[in-house]
Parts: sequence; C-alpha cells; structure tokens
Amino acid sequence: MSAIYMDNNATTQVEPEVVEAMLPYFTEQFGNPSSMHSFGNKVGQAIKNARRQIQTLLGAEHDSEIIFTSCGTESDSTAILSALKAQPERKEIITTVVEHPAVLTLCEYLEKDGYTVHRLPVDEKGRLDLNEYQKLLSDKVAIVSVMWANNETGTLFPVLKMAEMANEAGVMFHTDAVQAVGKLPIDLKSSKIDMLSLSGHKLHAPKGIGVLYLRRNTRFRPFLRGGHQERGRRAGTENSASIVGLGKAAEMALEQLGYENTMVKAMRDRLEEGVLAAVPNAFVTGDVNNRLPNTANIAFEYIEGEAILMLLNKAGIAASSGSACTSGSLEPSHVMMAMGIPYTAAHGTVRFSLSRHNTMQEVEEVIKAIPPIMEKLRKLSPYWGENGPVEEPEKAFAPTYA
Amino acid sequence: MWDYSEKVKEHFYDPKNAGAVADANGVGDVGSISCGDALRLTLKVDPESEVILDAGFQTFGCGSAIASSSALTEMIKGMTIDEALKVTNQDIADYLDGLPPEKMHCSVMGREALQAAVANYRGEEWSDDHEEGALVCKCFAVDAVMIEDTIRANNLSTVEDVTNYTKAGGGCSSCHESIEEILSMVLAERGEKFDPNAAPAKPESKELPIAASSAGGMTNLQRMRRIEMVLESIRPNLVADGGDVELVEIEGNTIYVNMVGACSGCQLASTTIGGIQQRLMEDLGEFIKVVPASQMPKRATVGG
Repeated sequence: MSAIYMDNNATTQVEPEVVEAMLPYFTEQFGNPSSMHSFGNKVGQAIKNARRQIQTLLGAEHDSEIIFTSCGTESDSTAILSALKAQPERKEIITTVVEHPAVLTLCEYLEKDGYTVHRLPVDEKGRLDLNEYQKLLSDKVAIVSVMWANNETGTLFPVLKMAEMANEAGVMFHTDAVQAVGKLPIDLKSSKIDMLSLSGHKLHAPKGIGVLYLRRNTRFRPFLRGGHQERGRRAGTENSASIVGLGKAAEMALEQLGYENTMVKAMRDRLEEGVLAAVPNAFVTGDVNNRLPNTANIAFEYIEGEAILMLLNKAGIAASSGSACTSGSLEPSHVMMAMGIPYTAAHGTVRFSLSRHNTMQEVEEVIKAIPPIMEKLRKLSPYWGENGPVEEPEKAFAPTYA
Repeated sequence: MWDYSEKVKEHFYDPKNAGAVADANGVGDVGSISCGDALRLTLKVDPESEVILDAGFQTFGCGSAIASSSALTEMIKGMTIDEALKVTNQDIADYLDGLPPEKMHCSVMGREALQAAVANYRGEEWSDDHEEGALVCKCFAVDAVMIEDTIRANNLSTVEDVTNYTKAGGGCSSCHESIEEILSMVLAERGEKFDPNAAPAKPESKELPIAASSAGGMTNLQRMRRIEMVLESIRPNLVADGGDVELVEIEGNTIYVNMVGACSGCQLASTTIGGIQQRLMEDLGEFIKVVPASQMPKRATVGG
C-alpha cells in the first residue's frame, strides 16, 4: 500500500502541470523581468498572464489588485501593518481568537507597541457573534482581520457580511483566505473585502509564493520598500517561476472547484461517517454544516494526538493534530481551547484534510486502519477501562499536575 | 516530525509493562493535562526487602511520554525503592538514547510518578515542587518559569545574567527576544526598566545556582585538564565511528579542535562539534565555543 496523504491544509503536492509551466523560467527565461535583453523578455508577459489567472480565480475587478508576495504570512503582515501605518490615528484592531499565528502573533506583538487588539470569541462550534462584532466597530479601528476558513476545523466565517459591516462603519477589512482560496468560489469585485491573503502551496503551487489582494483605492503603505516591482507596493525581484506556477495552479483550481465541492466533499463525509461508526468516544469539531469541503477534524477522547499520528504514519497515513506535543508547545491547539473542547479531547484531535488527489479507496483504507490504532492507545490510557472510558474518568484519574 | 531515536520508537510501538499491576501497593498519578501528558504508575513492592517486584504504567500522552513510561518501568523493576528513587529524568532519557529538548520538558514525568508512587506506598502525601512554563531556550531546555524565578531570586537585569545563571540563551541565541521580554516583565515588577545596554551583574562569590558554579573555583591549569578530560570521555564514541578529536588551543571561552579521520569532512562534523560544545558547557558550567582549528585566526607562531 502506498502512503496516503491527508494533510492538505498543511501543504499540497505541486501539480505536475504546474512544475512543467515553471521549468522554462529557471533555465531559459531566467532573466530579470526588469532587464532589457532577450533572456527575460517573456518573463514580464508570463507574470502578467499569471496575475490574470489569479484575478480570475478571485473574481477581482482589476489585475493590478494582485500583489505577489513570498507567502501568506507576508501578505497578512503587509495588510495589517499597512492599515496601521496609513491611519496612524486609529489604534485598534479587530480579529478573532482562532486566527492563524500569522495574524495572532503579530497582533500580540502590536499590543506591546500600544495598539488595542479585540479578539472575537467563538462558541462551541467555532462560530462568531456578529452583534459583538458590530459593537466593536468604530472610527478607532484601523483594520478588521478575520480568516475566511479555519485551518484546523475548516469552519467558515461570514466574511462577506463582516466586510459589509466594516465598510459601513468606515473600517478596512482584511481576510486571511489561505485555506479558502481554491476550495470555495470567491468573487471579490462584488464584495466589500479590501484585502485578502492567499498562499500558493495550499493550492498545489509551490511554497514561497503568496498574494495580497488589494482593492483599488485602498490606502496602502508597503511592507518592503526598494525597487519598482509590483508597482512599488512590494519591492524585490519577482519570484518569476513560482508566480507562473501559482497562475497555473489558480487556473486548475478554478476548473476543479466543482469537483472539490462534490467529490472531495463526499470523500470527507464518508471518512467521518466511517470513522465515527467504528470508533466510540469520538466527535467532529467545528461547525459541521458550514465548513470547507475537504476538512475533517475528529477528536478522539482520552488519547493523545501525537501518539495517534505516529501510529497513523506507521500505517502509511499522513494527517495532523491539535495536540500540544506535535508543536512542542505546552497547550493544545488554541482553536480547540477557544471552542471549549476539554483537554482530554483537544489533545486527541486529528485533522484529515483531503484534496482532489485522494481517492475513495484511500478513504476506505483509512477507515479500516483507524480503529485498531485508537484501541491500542486507549489500552494504555489511564482514563480507559476494559470496554470504554472508566466511570467518571476525570475523577477516577486525577493526577497531581506538575 | 520529531527526531526520535530508534529506542524511543521501539518503546512506543511496543511498550513494556503497559497496564496496571495486579495487587499494586504503590500508585502514583502525575501529569500535566494541559500539555497533554499524564501517567499512572503502579508498583508492587516486597514489604520485606523493599524491592520493586513489578511495575506497570498507564499513560495519556505523546510518543515520548509513552516510551519514557515504558523505559522507566523496565529500569526500576528489581531495584529497591531507594535505588529507584535515584533514577533521574536524564537517566530515563539516556536509557532511550536521548529525547528532543522540547520533550525533556513535559513528557518525562517518570521521576515525579515514581516519587508519587513511593510516597503512596509509604503512606505519605506527595506534592510536586515545581511548575513548568513554556520552553524558551531550546538549546538547553530552559523554560519561562525557571528563567522568571531565577531573575527574581538573583535580581538579574541582563540577558547575559540570565545566560550565566540558567544557561538559557547560551546557545544559538534565537531566544534572546523572549528572554528580554521576561526580563522586562520581572523588572517592571520591581519598578525598573529593562536596559539592553546595562552591564551584567557581577556574580558574587556565593554559589551560582546552575551554570557558573563549577567553573568558578578552577585555576587555568585545572580548567585545561578538565577540558582534556571531557574530550577524552567523548573520544571513544568518535573512535568507534572511525574518527577522533584533537584539542588544539584554548583561548578564553573558545576552544579550537581538529576533527580527525572519519570525522573530518563528515557531513555531521558540525553536529558533532555542537555535541562536544554542549558537553563541555555542561561539564564546566560556562560558555564554551568549540571551533574547528582551521578557523583559528592566523598569528605569529609563539616561540617559533
């Protein structure tokens, strides 16, 4: 059995067609697009083409609204820091407790510089309270930054609505759409979203390339200054091969959008159904009826995620976990904690994120492989008895916490 | 993916002594559920000889937590409880051929579990005496609580001080920003402000808790001999791999060595040098930089 990759929210395989599109830009058309000679004379056109492909995927009004960056994190930082720099009189940021570290860590850092950060909480399914959001919108807020889809649970936030609310209050709106782009239909020209971040490697393009969408007429201050690239909004010689690759990947993602939302979704649903039927004391986290088509986040109670992943890996299955141990931190995933998932389940959360490369047969193999793994680990668990959790597990085993 | 040793994997995939021991007379429950590890250790102790006849574990935790629980039970079976109490977390890690620094921190609960189980056997109350914080220095596995407490106890005010007292920040230096943050916080408590240009505290002659203690009293000659001794103790491992190390020069805290044989040009040479550096630092309790002799600054040969 060959290995089964179900960790596509972490990163994806670069499509062979994407690699093929990129190759000439390493060895033949390797010239600097700014140069005047024939080694780079096709690069400018290729970048222009890629910009249009991404414009189409995002439904942006103008291709000049697409700015190439090095990654999603750079796009996030650029968006937030630009809003603060351009509106120095506004000292507040609105975001959520479940954002990606690319936003949360930056916000924490900005707090030390005197900015006020409002982090919207979520309920047990990871949903926001828009009334609370409405109350926070004011002319003191420089930017709202809210993710489109959560990387761990796939839960979608109502960013279109939230962008309209921000727009009405005269506040800039940014969304980290790294997990959403390529999985959901997006039409930015009909939205009030001012800025959007995306990352190439989440949609079968290479790592090291990202995009910041910047609506025309949005006040902007560059993060990197220097050359005239990207109309002076992001200096630095263009990563031309990767830009071409991202363009191709965007084109393919658009073609596959239907497949993603039918076949990939069906595989994800079958996986969840099969696993939950076979493993007791397991549940799906997040907003089950409103989430990405490819993501299944399942909490296995009374066992720990890293141990699960190691055994899955041994069985040739790649997934990821919200346990503390997989990241080397002391706390389990902030997303699980924010939803009030108890520690004994949060540590045992496993994320399966599928792509169009997975097959139904793989899904069946995973469903078959999982029950014995959970059984083996539960046998070792002090919370688990002969045939299920011990009675009142939290009382029966209440260790002295170090 | 963590870089686990074969031994860790072996004890994880095929743990020894899993499950509770029947008619146990010592039970220890310890853990840190927030960081995802908890362990119940059950012992069957012979009341006459106090020998541990059987030991079993039940662990909620990651790969290394399960492996170290398995290792612990293997190690202590047949020991008397007094002997067993001498087993340290480091001993467990060594038994497993080492653990990643992040894992030393919270997954090795063996020692605590053992103390708790022995206390239970003896009818005593056991309470944990330390709290653990987020890992700050990955080179030396020092956590935030340790740094905070040390700053408070010794009135420290610079990163260099923190490094001298805890070793934190003495390796790759990536954690200096975090150390500065902890300093700022603790200094604010005593109404001071962190000054990055402040001179480090002059260590008083009283003993320094961790790092600087052992090097303090040595003469230059003793120190050189000590360095030679440490290198001697490492050599057999290198020789076994067809290589060797040669001491060339000691200049303050920089030690120049020649990697010989299989070690020279080996892709792992820099890792090996890092390992030697760490051993020297741990042994001497001071900051040592080990550099290949080829990088020694050129100068007029002395006496030549």
